[in-house]
Amino acid sequence: MKKLLLASVILLSGIPVLAQSARYQAAMEKNVAILNGTANMDTLQMLSNNFERIAETEQNQWLPYYYASYCQSMMAFMETDMTRVDGLADQADQLAAKADSLAPNNSEIYCIKSMAASARIKVDPMSRGQQYGTISGQDLQTAETLDPTNPRVYFLEGEGKFYTPANYGGGKAVAKPLLEKAVALYGTFKPKTDIDPNWGAAYTKMLLAQASQ
Amino acid sequence: MKRSFTFLLCSLIIFNGVWGQTRVSGKVTDPSHHALQGVNIAVRGSYDGTTSGPDGTFSFTTTEKGPQVLQASMAGLKTDTMNVTLNGSLVDFQPVMVKAFNQLNLVTISAGSFEASDEHQNTILKPLDIVTTAGANADVVSALKTLPGAQQIGENAGLFVRGGTGSETQTFIDGMLVNDPYFSSVPDIAQRGRFSPFLFKGTVFSSGGYSAQYGEGLSGAIILESQDLPERSSSTLSVSSVGLGVGQEELSKSKTSSYGFDLNYTNLLPYYAVSKQREDFTQKPVFWNGDFNFRIMTSKTGMLKFYGYGNYSKLGFLGPSLNYPGKQDLFSLINYNVYGNLTYTGLLGSHWKLYAGLSYSDNIDKIQLGQDNGAGDTTIDLNQVDNRDALGQGKVMMTRYVGRFSSIRFGAEYHDAFNRYGYDLYDTNYIDHYAAAFAEGDFYLTTRFVARIGARSEYSSLLRKGNLAPRLSVAYKVGEKDQFSLAYGQFYERPDTLLWLGYGHSLGFARATHYIASFQRVSDDYTFRFELFYKNYDHLVTTVPDTSNGGSGFARGAEIFWRDRKTFRNVDYWISYSYLDTRRKWINYPFAVQPDFAATNTLTVVYKQFFPKLFTNLGLTYTFASGRPYYNPNLPVSGFMSSRTIPYNSLGLSASYLTTIHKAFTVFVLSVTNVLNSNQVYGYVYSNDKARSMAIVPPANSFIFVGMFMSFGVNRSQEVIDSQ
Repeated sequence: MKKLLLASVILLSGIPVLAQSARYQAAMEKNVAILNGTANMDTLQMLSNNFERIAETEQNQWLPYYYASYCQSMMAFMETDMTRVDGLADQADQLAAKADSLAPNNSEIYCIKSMAASARIKVDPMSRGQQYGTISGQDLQTAETLDPTNPRVYFLEGEGKFYTPANYGGGKAVAKPLLEKAVALYGTFKPKTDIDPNWGAAYTKMLLAQASQ
Repeated sequence: MKRSFTFLLCSLIIFNGVWGQTRVSGKVTDPSHHALQGVNIAVRGSYDGTTSGPDGTFSFTTTEKGPQVLQASMAGLKTDTMNVTLNGSLVDFQPVMVKAFNQLNLVTISAGSFEASDEHQNTILKPLDIVTTAGANADVVSALKTLPGAQQIGENAGLFVRGGTGSETQTFIDGMLVNDPYFSSVPDIAQRGRFSPFLFKGTVFSSGGYSAQYGEGLSGAIILESQDLPERSSSTLSVSSVGLGVGQEELSKSKTSSYGFDLNYTNLLPYYAVSKQREDFTQKPVFWNGDFNFRIMTSKTGMLKFYGYGNYSKLGFLGPSLNYPGKQDLFSLINYNVYGNLTYTGLLGSHWKLYAGLSYSDNIDKIQLGQDNGAGDTTIDLNQVDNRDALGQGKVMMTRYVGRFSSIRFGAEYHDAFNRYGYDLYDTNYIDHYAAAFAEGDFYLTTRFVARIGARSEYSSLLRKGNLAPRLSVAYKVGEKDQFSLAYGQFYERPDTLLWLGYGHSLGFARATHYIASFQRVSDDYTFRFELFYKNYDHLVTTVPDTSNGGSGFARGAEIFWRDRKTFRNVDYWISYSYLDTRRKWINYPFAVQPDFAATNTLTVVYKQFFPKLFTNLGLTYTFASGRPYYNPNLPVSGFMSSRTIPYNSLGLSASYLTTIHKAFTVFVLSVTNVLNSNQVYGYVYSNDKARSMAIVPPANSFIFVGMFMSFGVNRSQEVIDSQ
């Protein structure tokens, strides 16, 4: 009887643990799936909130913070009201810092940091270009050092060059080899799990097509 | 036992499922009942929650049970929470979210000051504005002259503020007074500031009512804050119509320290060969200057900075002599200048900040004055002037942070000044030990109301006198963008160098008392400011009938500043207007009059347009100043300073083209002063016998500058591209 009781207690207390991890996986898969198909500010804010709730509940998973930060960076890029960009980028930075504290030296997190920095440039390109352009470039360098096979490093670098005028050292010709390298790496890249970062391939191909014109 | 186990199991099942889900719904608003979209609604510590819609409403179900905390959170807003018991019955949650307190919506002390900085949003200028203002030729003071309160003085160095002289505005680098911030003065020609605007991340121009940390200026202060560690290593090269320059910045691998240097050579010989100057330059102006800096992060919050500068320059010219018709006056100058500044700032624990600084400067001017023999020969009978001023200083300041925003600062400084003045065989010098202590607190009663209360006390060993100067500023933010400010302060200054000589401690400090009231509205797209001021001068030095502190005066006026970055696409413009009513009795003035350095009306319009397709910036700066008084000795005494010059008009133009050359970021710059070739007269001088007069005018009507600046970033992402 005692054994039965003990077994039940273990079983019953174990269920929530198992359920929790299955629930985490399921919630992440669901949200990542929505994220992969969206480019809408309201949806991104919703997803960011969802990931943040997961992150705050789990406390020790870096991915939900990473995705929340990714959503905020994307919003900072898409935002056309210049007075709101810094708030979004600040939010992206804070979330990335939390992800970083849980998973230090992660190439993917440095990619997000780089995105947040370059999103800030458009607020005042003349004053900010050099400062945030450098920070963004350095974050990508770190991301590359940490994982030279991460296709997002070359995609983001190529994307940055693609939208930088040739007069400032960018242009399609400069972007093309970087995007080609990204496409090649996307071909071999395998995410560790279904919910690990695995975005950018389709957009890279589209940019490469434009750069090749 | 069995029963109790069954009961336990049943209870668990009941807890887990029988009561099922709870629906939570409601609406998020701000305190003025506006709906808030995008707010994260959560049952704290669970996945359950949702995001508020465009109308602020939300609704979700949760499987969480029992006592829980509902929370609504959003970046920039204070999180709102509610304690609930989730038991299956509908929960109504109506969060009201207020702005979180942060530095951005905090009221700041603003009366009398204009700040150029990247550190805070909503500053009136950006550091880049200093460099890109047309007609300023990347000179800090010339750029600040486009702001209200500054006079358009072209015949003397310095910033003349609100009826004050150039020496009433002091320059500070990282908290330390700079003795000779301008190139050595040449009669009737304004000189540039010595320090490159690129060295500074922040510039504050105060036209009155400034902090007790700073002294020695009756009218204004230019407070410069040097750059921190560079973002990367880089090299610069500049080639222009007047000279060459190279520079290097090295950031250590650990990114905790850096060093850098610049070397510049300026020679106006080629330029003067094509552009005719009024004076006949016997020695074309030649400048050699260089600077060196290092910056070391000693801890997470500690920073040690050194900046050192050296200059050697020479020039000489002949001009028609006013006093000796037919002959020519010669003026020649050789200048040696060194300046060094070492400062440390860092936190001590979580509540204290320490600032400490040391600085030394030494300036030597060797001047020759005289007339030629009527045939260009200047080898005879020249007067030799030898001036030297050296200043060593130390300053310490402690800041104690109190509560969330308030702080108290106190500190002390000590200056050891040596001045030598030699004129042929006459040679004199003095040493002054100057000590000052100050204390000041920024007290935030709310995030909308701040009071800065402080005082400064100074003592000069040469004057054998001390003073106590109270300062007070308050600012009240009435709305998101609107702010009212008031400032009051007393400011003391030692008499001008030459006046001290021979009088020493029989003279005392001159004093100015400022009263300032201002209103400003600042948004991201535009800035409006209206300021009224009254400044009372007393203890000004007079030389007639005797040398004493018997002078006095006042200055009062109104100023308007408007800047708009939004209305026209890619256009940024600002307009400054200053009205000034001032009179003073000082030096040899027989009675109180409007001095010759004060214009009643001054208007400046700065226009900048960026052409993205052409990668070109175009800038125009138009300045108007009403005629200034000048002294005509042929008039009776009652007519002293009653004559007026013609109004001053100036239109400056600058254009810059941005590109890359072999991976170097390159800017081509063209700038032209006085494009319209307006006749500019700063005043008149008369011969000793009053028979002849001469207008004080610029050396040439306009100055044209063409230059190329290249910046080579040493950046590995660049190498990545190269290797492709």
